[in-house]
Amino acid sequence: MTPIRIAFLGLTDAAVLIAAREKGFAEAQGIALELLRDTSWATLRDRLVYGQVQAGHMLAPLAVAVTLGLSQQSCALSAPYKLNVNGNLLVMAPDFAAALEPNTAVRLTDPLATAHDFANAIGLHHRKPVIGVVHRFSSHALILRYFLGSAGIDPDRDVVLRVLPPSLMVEAMRAGEIDGFTAGEPWGSGAIEAGLAEAVAAGERLWQRGVEKVLAFRTDWMERNPETVDRLLQALAKAAVWCDDPANRGDLAQLLARPDYLDQPADLIERALAGRIVARQGEPPLDLPNFLLFAREATSFPWQSQALWIYSQLVRWHMVEPSAERQARAAAVFRPDIYRRALAGSDAPMPGASMKVEGAVAGPLAIGVPRGAITLGPDGFFDGRAFDPDRIEAYLADLGWARGQA
Amino acid sequence: MRIVIIDDSGARAVVLEEGLRDAGYNDIHVVPPRGAFVARLERMAPDVVLMDLGNPSRDTLEEMLIVSRALAKPIAMFVDQSDESMIGAAIDAGVSAYVVDGLRKERVKPILDLAIRRFNAFARMQAERDDALTQLADRKTIDRAKAILMRTRGLSEPDAYTLMRTTAMNQGKKIVEVAAALITASDLMGGVS
Repeated sequence: MTPIRIAFLGLTDAAVLIAAREKGFAEAQGIALELLRDTSWATLRDRLVYGQVQAGHMLAPLAVAVTLGLSQQSCALSAPYKLNVNGNLLVMAPDFAAALEPNTAVRLTDPLATAHDFANAIGLHHRKPVIGVVHRFSSHALILRYFLGSAGIDPDRDVVLRVLPPSLMVEAMRAGEIDGFTAGEPWGSGAIEAGLAEAVAAGERLWQRGVEKVLAFRTDWMERNPETVDRLLQALAKAAVWCDDPANRGDLAQLLARPDYLDQPADLIERALAGRIVARQGEPPLDLPNFLLFAREATSFPWQSQALWIYSQLVRWHMVEPSAERQARAAAVFRPDIYRRALAGSDAPMPGASMKVEGAVAGPLAIGVPRGAITLGPDGFFDGRAFDPDRIEAYLADLGWARGQA
Repeated sequence: MRIVIIDDSGARAVVLEEGLRDAGYNDIHVVPPRGAFVARLERMAPDVVLMDLGNPSRDTLEEMLIVSRALAKPIAMFVDQSDESMIGAAIDAGVSAYVVDGLRKERVKPILDLAIRRFNAFARMQAERDDALTQLADRKTIDRAKAILMRTRGLSEPDAYTLMRTTAMNQGKKIVEVAAALITASDLMGGVS
């Protein structure tokens, strides 16, 4: 058995790692998987960068940021496997949300209208709204900025983004320190269940197949241990299929609920797994069947265009100075080559290309691949824009970005 | 040199603060990571910030270090790249240190060494306390099981204990496991234990 330690945060989208350990998928590949729970992204990052763990359940933008030297110690990281897509909620306190469309189903279905309502709500609010985000370099923060920006809201001027760990969001709502937050499940549902907040947007409706957590390695370790990496990815691919199977949902929710994993009620966790989201306390759940994906439609495949979308947003919000060299390094964080090598002999979906125009797939699309065909789900952004990784400057210009303007 | 310890477990902060004072540092402040702690920290303008790696507020602190306009000098995590064993020791002990730009390595290292020792001492203290609590709970379980045996089988106290110990040895179990099983069985059989 090869021992591997992986650090994770107590979130529903750590499911694939937890299932790999608890359901024997890792063991079947000869891997003694040890999972180490952390409570901050900073500590997970440090454990990975300084070699205390071999891999981490990491925010995709954080993996890019660490590689670009934007988050403390610079270190080349690689993400050959995505642990999920989607899975986040934006929730706001009822007094703020009162200025939005009252019908929560309509509100979640039309994010562009909701964003404009949000802009009005900011004006009506008694102070600049404070919105909790889990990290500057999180998909949540980047898509929230995108959402606000679509209605002309400047996220650095018109609202206060406060960084808080997911586990402290609900308490901060209760204490009135924040007016809302965006985080991975089950924390949004937890705040809704407590009557402290209601859903304003679901990640799935903002970017239909939004990049979220990746399995990140230190690049040097990954290059030195190809055989172990391959076996780990094979185990995760099987675990992901198990997690996606509706028949295993109850079992998975119970597993994640355990005190050593999420330590949260199983019924709250199951909402995200089943895509049945209660948007306001006491309301019947809304069906969001693509709320959180683990395996289907090549979810795990690390499209380099998605790493570049992250890079484009870091540039957009002046978190990094654009350069051809930094752009290339950002793209190289996602490693489809390793994914292909590791899963070549398996049933895992295997796209032939490494990039796509993000937001160009409108409905389920069958694409030909070396073995048979796979189906890609719709990957649109709610504002109808598409991201062409070959035309980043034009994309940024279209979003109103100007160099050096803070 | 102004040192701020961010900690919400009073005991660990006290252990660390005492150690630093004994070593001659006297400008030390303990700030719990709650509410507007970031604003307090900005006003203090620390040279060194020490924080438990397990503290969930590390991301909040790092964000403040990036965006703060109040801090005159940038603060970054202290890592001595030339000393890999120290990085490992710090992570194992659960210490993270942030220091202002320009503070010399030689001045930071003794503080970090001391923090590592004190964090480890604190962890040992906690482990010993947990052990003591477990032992106490074990003893209560064994006493209850002993009482059941004495009552139901008319054994003396030493004989009841010997019977449990022998059973445990024969089954390769801990005596407390045998005692717990006995209590469960007795409860199931409707025995009053």
